[in-house]
Amino acid sequence: MSGLEIILVLVFIVAALLGYKLIGAVPSLLHTPLMSGMNALSGITILGMIAVTAYSQSVLARLVGMLGIIAAVINVVAGFGVTDRMLRMFKGGKEAEGKGS
Amino acid sequence: MTNTETASLDLMTLILNIGLPLVLSLGVLYGIKLMSRVKTAVKGNAISALCMLLAIIYVFLRTDVSGSLVYIILGLIIGTLISIVIAVKVKMIQMPQMVGLLNGLGGLASALAAILTLLSGEAQSGFSLVTSGLALAVGALTFSGSMVASGKLHGIMDQKPKVFPGHQAITVLMALGMLVLIVLLPVTTGQNAPFCVLLSVLGLLFGYFFAIRVGGADMPITISLLNSTSGVAAGIAGMALGDILLVSVGGIVGASGLLLTQIMCHSMNRSLSAVLFGKAPDKSKPQEAKAHTEAKAETRDEATPADPVAWLEEADSIIIIPGYGMAISQAQEQVKTLSDRLEAKGKSVRFAIHPVAGRMPGHMNVLLAEVDVPYDKLFEMDAINADFAKTDLAIVIGANDVVNPAANIAEGTPIYGMPVLSAEDARRLMILNFDTKPGYAGVDNPLYDGAPNIHLMLGDAKESLEKLLKGMG
Repeated sequence: MSGLEIILVLVFIVAALLGYKLIGAVPSLLHTPLMSGMNALSGITILGMIAVTAYSQSVLARLVGMLGIIAAVINVVAGFGVTDRMLRMFKGGKEAEGKGS
Repeated sequence: MTNTETASLDLMTLILNIGLPLVLSLGVLYGIKLMSRVKTAVKGNAISALCMLLAIIYVFLRTDVSGSLVYIILGLIIGTLISIVIAVKVKMIQMPQMVGLLNGLGGLASALAAILTLLSGEAQSGFSLVTSGLALAVGALTFSGSMVASGKLHGIMDQKPKVFPGHQAITVLMALGMLVLIVLLPVTTGQNAPFCVLLSVLGLLFGYFFAIRVGGADMPITISLLNSTSGVAAGIAGMALGDILLVSVGGIVGASGLLLTQIMCHSMNRSLSAVLFGKAPDKSKPQEAKAHTEAKAETRDEATPADPVAWLEEADSIIIIPGYGMAISQAQEQVKTLSDRLEAKGKSVRFAIHPVAGRMPGHMNVLLAEVDVPYDKLFEMDAINADFAKTDLAIVIGANDVVNPAANIAEGTPIYGMPVLSAEDARRLMILNFDTKPGYAGVDNPLYDGAPNIHLMLGDAKESLEKLLKGMG
């Protein structure tokens, strides 16, 4: 393995450990929005999708790339969108009463 | 080119390739940190989203996209338009299947990125060939597994676990097959196309076989595990493409999904392998649970039927236990009304949330938040379990396995050892369930055996609640 490859694997491990530690602190109350937020983050693969589409030579490959970009964008944008909607619903005692419900 | 020019160029490359990804990764981590408190969570999500937007801009800066610009922009626009419709239209009740669906799309994108990398000849080194193959397999299984899970949750597929003959052997063979193909990729030079086809097919089939055998209470585990694999797929695709940001965020998501999966497994007292490869609940066991509880059944009080409305009036402290039944009958509005009415009479009302109630981690919290139940009234199992003994009335709404005392006593049943809410410790217990059939785990619930301090209201939870509300006047 080359230097870059070793760095890539190391970055993966370090990121995983840091993520693992941070997510352990999230209360189960917020597990659904957390999961849906993480889900949106997994759409980060859009970076790869854009790069490979850019390198693609044939029309077919570019169309496949476009399909992948659409899938990834939906994952990201809709993912963050629904997470935001969910999180805004959580209200403490006073706030909920403030809404007059 | 002079030396100084080379040096400044190197510095730029360094900032672009290492510095920016590092900053954006830290931004994502900070966003996640903010997600651990309700008050800061909205901001945390926004920060993560912002980092993602910056990351996309960064890719445009780093990559020469001129050749395929039309396709890329078109893809971005179409995807965004579809997303806006989804994000606005989706109902909270559909959230589990929506998370599954979106997750599947992420897996699909990773798989497609891997296929294009393999077919374009971009992947040259053994490392990038192997990681491409791995990303393809994991992405494909994430896609099909998520689609099956989503289909089951949406009700367009049979929700019951389906086990084929030789199910476990088939899945193990497929996993081995994929590994062999991935290892062979760097050995057979330039023949990537057949590998792509085989890996795609095996990956898709594996995901299907994996998710089709899961149902009911195991769904939260499956959903969070697939969430993890979508992150892993992205991270490995990042290794294949040499993209550090992709690798780090993929690693974060992969670990988070795994941790959530572990938490879910722990709450059910089941090992991950039991969920993945284990048998579907054994339906021949429930008799054992029955034997333990027959004695209790004899104490049935047949004199006066309990008056549930009077029970509500007489109770000062009340704990409500929601379950998946509340979600199915969409009774959360009525639950909120009931809790408001009871509180208006000066009673204390709290909610006890079992970690695996519902079909995804934290499902009940979201449904109750939607109808403006303040989150400080929602209590985790460990925080509230001891309080049942001091409580006048516990109201179960569409929950079964998570309050089944058989979990404590009935050895050999699938739920034995699973921590449950001690609803039966409350002075009185009201159960608003659809029927008295065993829950997903297939274990009879001794609470249905008619102890005098337990009142059963069978039928749709929404209708039962309406009746109660009417009775209260």
